[in-house]
Amino acid sequence: MSQTYNPTAFMNNADTHSGVTNAKLGVWLFLASEIMLFATLFTSYIVLRMASSSWPWGWDVLNVPLATLNTVILITSSVTIVMAYAKAYDKDKAGFQKWMAATILLSLGFLVVKAFEYGAEFKLGIGPHTSVFYAIYFTMTGLHGIHILGGIAVNAGLLYMSSVTEHWENPLFLGRVEGAGLYWHFVDIVWIFLFPALYLL
Amino acid sequence: MAHDNHGHHELSFTERYVFSVDHKVIGLQYLITSFLFLLVGFALMGLMRWQLAFPGSPIPFFGHLFPADLAPNGVMSGEFYNSLGAMHGTIMVFLGVVPLAVGAYGNYVLPLQIGAPDMAFPRMNMMSYWTYLPGGLLMLSSFLMPGGAAQSGWTSYPPLSIINPGQTVWLLSMVILITSSLLGAINFLVTTINMRAPGMSLWRMPVFCWAQFVTSVLLLLAFPPLEAASVLQLMDRVFHTSFYLPKDLVILGKAYAGSGGGQPLLWQHLFWFLAHPEVYVLVLPPMGIVAEIIANNTRKPLHGYKTMVFSMIAIGVMSFMVWAHHMFISGMSASLSNFFLVTTMIISVPSVALMTCLVFSLKGGSIRFNVPMLFALAFIPLFAIGGLTGLPLGLTVTDIYLHDTYYVIGHFHFVVVSGSIIALMGGTYYWFPKWYGRKMNDKLGLIHFWGSVITMCGIFGPMLFMGLGGASRRLYDPTAQLHNLPVQGWNVVATYSAYLLALFQIPFIYNFFNSMWRGEKTPENPWQATTLEWACPSPPPHGNFEKTPTVYRGPYEYSVPGRKTDFWMQTDKN
Repeated sequence: MSQTYNPTAFMNNADTHSGVTNAKLGVWLFLASEIMLFATLFTSYIVLRMASSSWPWGWDVLNVPLATLNTVILITSSVTIVMAYAKAYDKDKAGFQKWMAATILLSLGFLVVKAFEYGAEFKLGIGPHTSVFYAIYFTMTGLHGIHILGGIAVNAGLLYMSSVTEHWENPLFLGRVEGAGLYWHFVDIVWIFLFPALYLL
Repeated sequence: MAHDNHGHHELSFTERYVFSVDHKVIGLQYLITSFLFLLVGFALMGLMRWQLAFPGSPIPFFGHLFPADLAPNGVMSGEFYNSLGAMHGTIMVFLGVVPLAVGAYGNYVLPLQIGAPDMAFPRMNMMSYWTYLPGGLLMLSSFLMPGGAAQSGWTSYPPLSIINPGQTVWLLSMVILITSSLLGAINFLVTTINMRAPGMSLWRMPVFCWAQFVTSVLLLLAFPPLEAASVLQLMDRVFHTSFYLPKDLVILGKAYAGSGGGQPLLWQHLFWFLAHPEVYVLVLPPMGIVAEIIANNTRKPLHGYKTMVFSMIAIGVMSFMVWAHHMFISGMSASLSNFFLVTTMIISVPSVALMTCLVFSLKGGSIRFNVPMLFALAFIPLFAIGGLTGLPLGLTVTDIYLHDTYYVIGHFHFVVVSGSIIALMGGTYYWFPKWYGRKMNDKLGLIHFWGSVITMCGIFGPMLFMGLGGASRRLYDPTAQLHNLPVQGWNVVATYSAYLLALFQIPFIYNFFNSMWRGEKTPENPWQATTLEWACPSPPPHGNFEKTPTVYRGPYEYSVPGRKTDFWMQTDKN
């Protein structure tokens, strides 16, 4: 067994039975499982709320203006990551780095705003233990926040890789950016469901 | 697909055997690890069975080895019994049978059968194993932690599970194990969809590949809900939320400090939403193995190949709609339980169709009674007992009587042990020549086979009788309830059968390791099979096939009239 073969060489080959690269198909399947994860949480939210004797209105106890700001930030970051992909597609390295950095900054901004929200609640002595409403609020937004962190890690990794010529010229690179973009849109969409469910309904 | 990608660097020992990216090495890693976990789970059950047969008497030989708080004077304590029960179920299902059926057989055989050089994501495949092993070890280590291992059954129903010690580690290792199986499921699906050899259309895939495909869909979509549910339970334990805790809960005479207002039943729904598809994860891959062995050893095509595939797909879809039949006695409304009663009866139709196809495949065949075939043949009646004893549990009226009795335990052990595990053991005898280029010993195989089958019936048959007699399950001391006394003798039969079953695994273990080095050498295709895994050297080199194979026909072209040989390989042009 002196010979070995390069296991990643066929990963970017779109000449597959489905016409989609392995990596892209893998990301879509991963997102399918993520949808089941968040769907379970939304289902639990509905069940707990329906069975509860008292459930506060989101706008009475949570900070709607800050959450609105966060929604705008996150939607904007979805646009910037598409721009980053478009620049990577055009082999425009500077453009890619600019838009990717903007995406990362926006997502950090989202976390900072979220931290202010959490901080104000903790200051009042409110935490996940306070009531089932706060329990589901902290769990869902917290889990979403972890997904944002994961996205920042991936995007920052891609930003770094683009500065290394070997990675930037790797034919796999564009597929990686696309995968990160798909994931980022998913995280964005989860927030678009979370925002009304927790704050507005 | 072009695979002109043969590099030329020598692999170190670690790269080849420990952190290997080769699906075959990873498959064997899964195989050995999950067989070991099966042994561990079996040993836990051996301790429990002593307590059930002879309640209150010291455990022989091992009793005094346990710390005094677990087994004072060698007699098992109630808490220890509960831990053993919870960990037996968890280890057997999540660390034993699923990794064996999917991680081991799927990993090794699936890429070979579809003619792929490896999995779609080899490094992710390695990560999947190296997430599974630490998760499993973490689960085992909970025995050594303060408070001991989880004590609330493998189902972990709240509020009990939130109050009992040990549960936090259980939840953490479940989250790790779920991550591992998600990585595996994505890999299997992409491999099956994208990596098939030229000519390998979906309808030319062996039944085993279809079984793995449907199983992976179930793993992908059913495990995340348990992950979410586990996160909620973890929040309840660590951050004192009340997702699963009702208002005004009183524990041991003291009011619970948390806010309350949650729903204990929510956990049951979320848990069984995973755990019912999980049952089919346990059953479909072994069925695929049985189908392969039967087609090969009857020397004729499977009866109803497409029926089998469509049945598996139907089972996969329906398995998401039957979960609450595990909860008929939880007090749900009659209209809801009627719905789940009906869906449960519907899902039994494709299950019976699968079994019928397997039985009809035998008809008119010139059967070769070799060791793998004996396992496959034993699977059919034993699994059928398990399946048919499940029907009364799917009907609300009978379930109310049977639900909390030993009948349920007998039923699902017939399905999983004398069904799935028997088939998985048969798979070892069948594919061993491919793994090591050598054959396992037939005589030892026969001893293992007959010993296992008879003792398995000796364990689980009595459970059915006890349950019909009304014996309650999950009891630390069955003699504490008078109505259990008339059937207590069956507990003794089951216990001794279990110890005999353990003895009969010794020839299997010896045979396995002895044959690895000293077994009779075999050619590339010793069973004269038609599928692709037999069209490459044994063991296959890294990259599997010397050149990408081309597939010309369906998977079971046996005894085609007018041909010299009675098998026509998928890769043979004419």
